[in-house]
Amino acid sequence: MSVESGDSSAQGDVAAGGSLSARWPELLMAAFLFAVAVLVVIDSLRVGTGWADDGPRSGYFPFYIGLMLAGASGWIMVSQLRRWTSDRSVFAEHQQLRLVMAVFVPMVVYVALIFGIGIYMASALLIGYFMLRYGRYRWAVTLPVAVGVPLFFFVVFERWFLVMLPKGPIERLLGL
Amino acid sequence: MDEISNLLGGFSVALTLPNLGYMLIGITLGILIGVLPGLGGANGIAILLPLTFSMNPTSAIIMLSCIYWGALFGGAITSILFNIPGEPWSVATTFDGFPMAQKQRAAQALTAAFTSSFVGAIFAVALITFLAPLLAKFALKFGPAEFFAVQLLTFCSFIGMSKEPAAKTIASMMLGFALAAVGMDMVTGQLRMTYDVPELLKGFNFLIAVIGLFGIGEILLTMEEGLSFKGKSAKISPKVVWETWREIFKYWKTFLRSTAIGCWMGITPGGATPASFMSYGMARRFAKDPDSFGKGNVEGVIAPETAAHAAGTAALLPMLTLGIPGSPTAAVLLGGLLIWGLQPGPMLFVEQKEFVWGLIASMYLGNIVGLIVVLTTVPWWAAILRIPFSVIAPVIIVICAIGAYTVNNSMFDVVMMLVFGVMGYLFKKLKYPLAPLVLALVLGDMAETSFRQSMLLSQGSLSIFWSNPLVGTLFFLAIALLVWPLLGAVKNRVRVAEARAV
Repeated sequence: MSVESGDSSAQGDVAAGGSLSARWPELLMAAFLFAVAVLVVIDSLRVGTGWADDGPRSGYFPFYIGLMLAGASGWIMVSQLRRWTSDRSVFAEHQQLRLVMAVFVPMVVYVALIFGIGIYMASALLIGYFMLRYGRYRWAVTLPVAVGVPLFFFVVFERWFLVMLPKGPIERLLGL
Repeated sequence: MDEISNLLGGFSVALTLPNLGYMLIGITLGILIGVLPGLGGANGIAILLPLTFSMNPTSAIIMLSCIYWGALFGGAITSILFNIPGEPWSVATTFDGFPMAQKQRAAQALTAAFTSSFVGAIFAVALITFLAPLLAKFALKFGPAEFFAVQLLTFCSFIGMSKEPAAKTIASMMLGFALAAVGMDMVTGQLRMTYDVPELLKGFNFLIAVIGLFGIGEILLTMEEGLSFKGKSAKISPKVVWETWREIFKYWKTFLRSTAIGCWMGITPGGATPASFMSYGMARRFAKDPDSFGKGNVEGVIAPETAAHAAGTAALLPMLTLGIPGSPTAAVLLGGLLIWGLQPGPMLFVEQKEFVWGLIASMYLGNIVGLIVVLTTVPWWAAILRIPFSVIAPVIIVICAIGAYTVNNSMFDVVMMLVFGVMGYLFKKLKYPLAPLVLALVLGDMAETSFRQSMLLSQGSLSIFWSNPLVGTLFFLAIALLVWPLLGAVKNRVRVAEARAV
């Protein structure tokens, strides 16, 4: 449920440009928490907030949690709106947000890749990408690190601790 | 002296060769975690927790708690040599530690930091040794109402002592409770807040939340600074250590005061970070030459390090005796105990004597081993920090992803880790505290169960919370802690008004 909200607000930051004021992120975060509170309250009402024959029902406790979350986030929203024009606080510089996205986007791609080609290949690509793109290393330095680190994890997890991690077609081809 | 003989028994458990080995591995991993940005005590332990499921609980907790000591030690290295606090609680150490390093006194600063950490921890462990059994015996009389009152006390003190706005602390805590409630209701077996998403049936795992919030969130935050490591190198020789020891023990008053602050802040869940700041502030206030602070005064290193380590250790006291962690890292350790089927709380001291005393003995040994390891291996750790961020960052992301996956062997958790990572970043930027969220997520089920049980006993009347002197006192204390800062604000306002009137 929180997937979309978290992502959309992160992307909203980049679109703003310059140094981003804290106004909108502040308001959106409070609105997101308020939305979570509404979801909690609605479902608590569905499962029942009162008493059954054997004691309090499932919604008894979460109902009040939801109300308190709604109260706190509502308060943050209202106080943010009240000082809307006077609020000069900065969320982050544009340059900073670019750097954050430069890590975040590869991270998302990395997780998506794990689904397809397994964690070891994806990790090698991630490390390789970072070293070539941001570290400006030569291939001769990048390749051993990008292959060596996942290989090390492979030995530690699959061989030593016998913990199976997601693998893709290439590992299957190698018969691992 | 029951405690002494129990402790000796504990030493015989902890002093076996495999356990000493685990201790050494734990300390080393812990320092590594403490040194690297993005891997902290809480999420470092969260990542390594699944690896210990196959070990026996005593060895596992010894290794995990040693990771914790290691992380506490490691945070100081980066603060002093690189002006980068590896952990939030070592921020105050940078104030005087880094200036000392700039003046070519890095070795002295490091020795002072490690020794202070050690002293703070040993005092706190001694406190645990003698206070924990008493507290546990006392807590055996607790019913559900008392337990809920203690949990309420924990949460109220968080709101009362938080430096962040109260509304944000409450929002963060309630989000934790709400996330904890997702999934199957433990009492009635009914599903709630899942909205027909099958992955949510199991609920939100706090380990995933910790790895995302602290690990991924921290990477994003670190990236903002466009981090470049430019640090001082350090070599520690036995002669420097000896000379520094002779010098710093002149500050025994600072040691005592900082230990007291640390223990207090650790038991009441103020945590290591506020403890270190408070202790630094106090040391400066009581010093003869307050102006020299911030320019490389060794007392400014001693005070925060002693308090942080004392608080970090003392946080385990309420965790073991009452089942209430005093810090996010203690919360993760508590989660580990639950996974191994050990229910923390007073009964632990009756039923799992060997485990408890083995752990307490390992705290003494772990800190001694830790001190020796850090003093001998500092140059090596400093060298690790020269590896550029473009290599370290992806490796940490990979470690976090592996850690998140191994909790339940589920890719959904890895995706959730990313979501929590974004949330951790936004929370930090918008000044929402993270600790209440994690604590509520871990304690949520327990708090709910004890609340519902007390309501059952009283047939739904809240009056059970002042039905006897014990629960009444606890309940009153909780409310007092909640409104305490409000009183302070009112007092300040009155004082300002009076000053104006005069």
